[in-house]
Amino acid sequence: MADTHSQSVAYVRESMVPQQPAPVSETGAIKWLRTNLFSNWFYSILTLAAIYVIYLLLSILIPWIAGGVWLASDIRECRAITGDGAGGCFAVLEDRIWQLLFGFSYPSEAYWRPTLALVLLFVAAAPVLFASLPRALLIVTALYPFTAYWLLWGGTILVPTFALVGVVAGYFAYRALVDRSFALGFFGGVIVAFVVWWLAGFVTPALSDVLALQAVQSRDMGGFMLNLILGVVCVSLSLPIGIVLALGRQSRLPIIKGICVVFIEFVRGVPLITLLFVANVVLAYFLPPGTNFDLILRVIIMITMFASAYIAEVIRGGLAALPRGQFEGAESLGLDYWQSMRLIILPQALKISIPGIVNVAVGLFKDTTLVSIISMFDLVGMIRGPILASTDWNGVYWELYGFAALLFFVVCYGISQYSQWLERQLATDHR
Amino acid sequence: MTYKLILGALAATGLTAGAAAAATLDDVKERGALNCGVVTGLVGFGAPNANGEWEGFDVALCRAVAAAVLGDPTAVEFIPTTGKTRFTALASGEIDMLARNTTWTFSRDVDLKFEFTGINYYDGQGFMVPKSLGVTSAKDLDGATVCIQTGTTTELNLADFFRKNNISYEPVAVETNAEGQQQYQAGACDTYTTDASGLAATRAAFENPADHVILPEIISKEPLGPLVRHGDNEWGDVVRWTLNALIAAEEMGVTSANVQDMAAAPGDSPEINRLLGTEGNLGEMMGLEADWAVNAIAANGNYGEIFEKNIGENTPIGLARGLNAQWTNGGLLYSPPFR
Repeated sequence: MADTHSQSVAYVRESMVPQQPAPVSETGAIKWLRTNLFSNWFYSILTLAAIYVIYLLLSILIPWIAGGVWLASDIRECRAITGDGAGGCFAVLEDRIWQLLFGFSYPSEAYWRPTLALVLLFVAAAPVLFASLPRALLIVTALYPFTAYWLLWGGTILVPTFALVGVVAGYFAYRALVDRSFALGFFGGVIVAFVVWWLAGFVTPALSDVLALQAVQSRDMGGFMLNLILGVVCVSLSLPIGIVLALGRQSRLPIIKGICVVFIEFVRGVPLITLLFVANVVLAYFLPPGTNFDLILRVIIMITMFASAYIAEVIRGGLAALPRGQFEGAESLGLDYWQSMRLIILPQALKISIPGIVNVAVGLFKDTTLVSIISMFDLVGMIRGPILASTDWNGVYWELYGFAALLFFVVCYGISQYSQWLERQLATDHR
Repeated sequence: MTYKLILGALAATGLTAGAAAAATLDDVKERGALNCGVVTGLVGFGAPNANGEWEGFDVALCRAVAAAVLGDPTAVEFIPTTGKTRFTALASGEIDMLARNTTWTFSRDVDLKFEFTGINYYDGQGFMVPKSLGVTSAKDLDGATVCIQTGTTTELNLADFFRKNNISYEPVAVETNAEGQQQYQAGACDTYTTDASGLAATRAAFENPADHVILPEIISKEPLGPLVRHGDNEWGDVVRWTLNALIAAEEMGVTSANVQDMAAAPGDSPEINRLLGTEGNLGEMMGLEADWAVNAIAANGNYGEIFEKNIGENTPIGLARGLNAQWTNGGLLYSPPFR
């Protein structure tokens, strides 16, 4: 075959050149380095500088962690062990881990209760967070607040049970009356629920031993548990309230619109720390002496107000982003206001709002550390107060605050990852 | 409790705010616990330990009062307060007494309507210097750079002191104690000045505390003491005389070890007998049991024992008695007689 054309077409190649490996400079790690790190002299300098900075950081960080002391009874012993002091004194975490997680006065034999409540939280949140799970699981979600309350605060199981009965009774009253008018149904439900709670108030004191867990006072809550309680409760309450406020702000009824606008603008215009001071200090003047209006409840109300005003504005942004045609389309189908909101408007508006809502949720969760300023012992409060003020650990800063940062990072990063996943799930547009 | 809270909220809105009841003593007895405002955490003066139990120099006073009134030093509900919330907590009746290293000043006593019931710690502004500097007196600090927290009375005291002694200094402004500690350790200033007890606690946290000395000069007065609300003098008397009982007990040699023996039968000293209730009716006059002072002293010991255990020279903080010694030892502690 090689001879066939040798006279007629001299330039035709007779044999295949064996395949050569690509030049070293155009393949593998070297190519990657050249294009990404050393593509010209300026980037080369930046790269070298960055490597030097990373080296500096690691040269401090690695001995600090690797040479860390995990077993010591106080900072002086830590220093005696490390000698030159390059290693961290992580013994403080070992010594005070339960205080960091649960506060200093939560009964230690009851630590399983908040832990169980946290595990159940994932079970209860799953059907809300993942639409693929069976809807019947939502009943677990509905029961969770009452279970969690019983686990965390203890006392007789009758209290959360009657609270649940009140809610259920109110719901049925609402169902029975809502056909006549929405307002009648709503207020009828609320009244029935309060009547049930009022009646239960006569029964429970007599039966305070029924299935009772050891009762824990609100002021005994602390540590990261308190941050989680405040974060979870306030985020889950502020979302529905925020939706209502956002819709109210767009309402055509002037009073509702006025109330919502004033509420949102007022709360957004006030720093959270001011609201917390009001909750802690100013309310004490107005309440009659001896009234035990739970501090955590006061703080939850204030943080929820604050967060719902922000979420309302985020959702209003989502509503404003919807084309006018969606509203008109819903009306032309003959849907009433609630139907059009529930079926057409809110699903789209909420989808647009997800990044904003998650932003508020993450910010809010981190803001719960502000309660340390009104002398509640959350994670930061525990560090700033009791632990750094003990003669054993005064002077250990990096280890404690690093631990706090790590806990918060894990939770916030998890929330952020979930929201990105959710955005991908709900992506229906064709980008 | 959810509905209880809701009912509480309803009741709260329905009722008008009443003034805090005047008879705090009766309230405490009825409640069976003393609501004592304490610091959220200050080395040596008050903090929960690893087991979650409150301890410290100020905390001990709360326990002594609870023991005097209720006979039980553990019948205390500790309400942690910050520098910002402490006075409102007391004024609103949330706490019965405040034992939180609070300086007795004119405006707090008169304008804020509180009653300081004594002084349990005489503090004052001091200087800390590295031993290597070779300075033994604050008057040798001519031309020194001084780390000072801005916007505090310590800043003004510092200026006064140097002007009075006709020497110069270079201020290095810091925001917080933690920053001051850091700047001083980094060598940004020759000396760091704040309250002497704070200096001692700061020094205790250093890697080599022995390399630093606190100079003997104290340039301001910071008398710290417990306080109660104006207008309830009976309760104020209880707190005042509990503190006095602790101080007097040290003076008379009554300690937590021997108080039960001494209280078992009247002894030779009439004043000890009156203090411990084996003679006279001092307790009854205050509305307390006859053995009120016995309980108060048995709770944590007398003043000297409390001092030694929490902030004294054998603790990491290592404060000397100084001004806080008995008047018989050249200090300022001077309890009025129990008569």
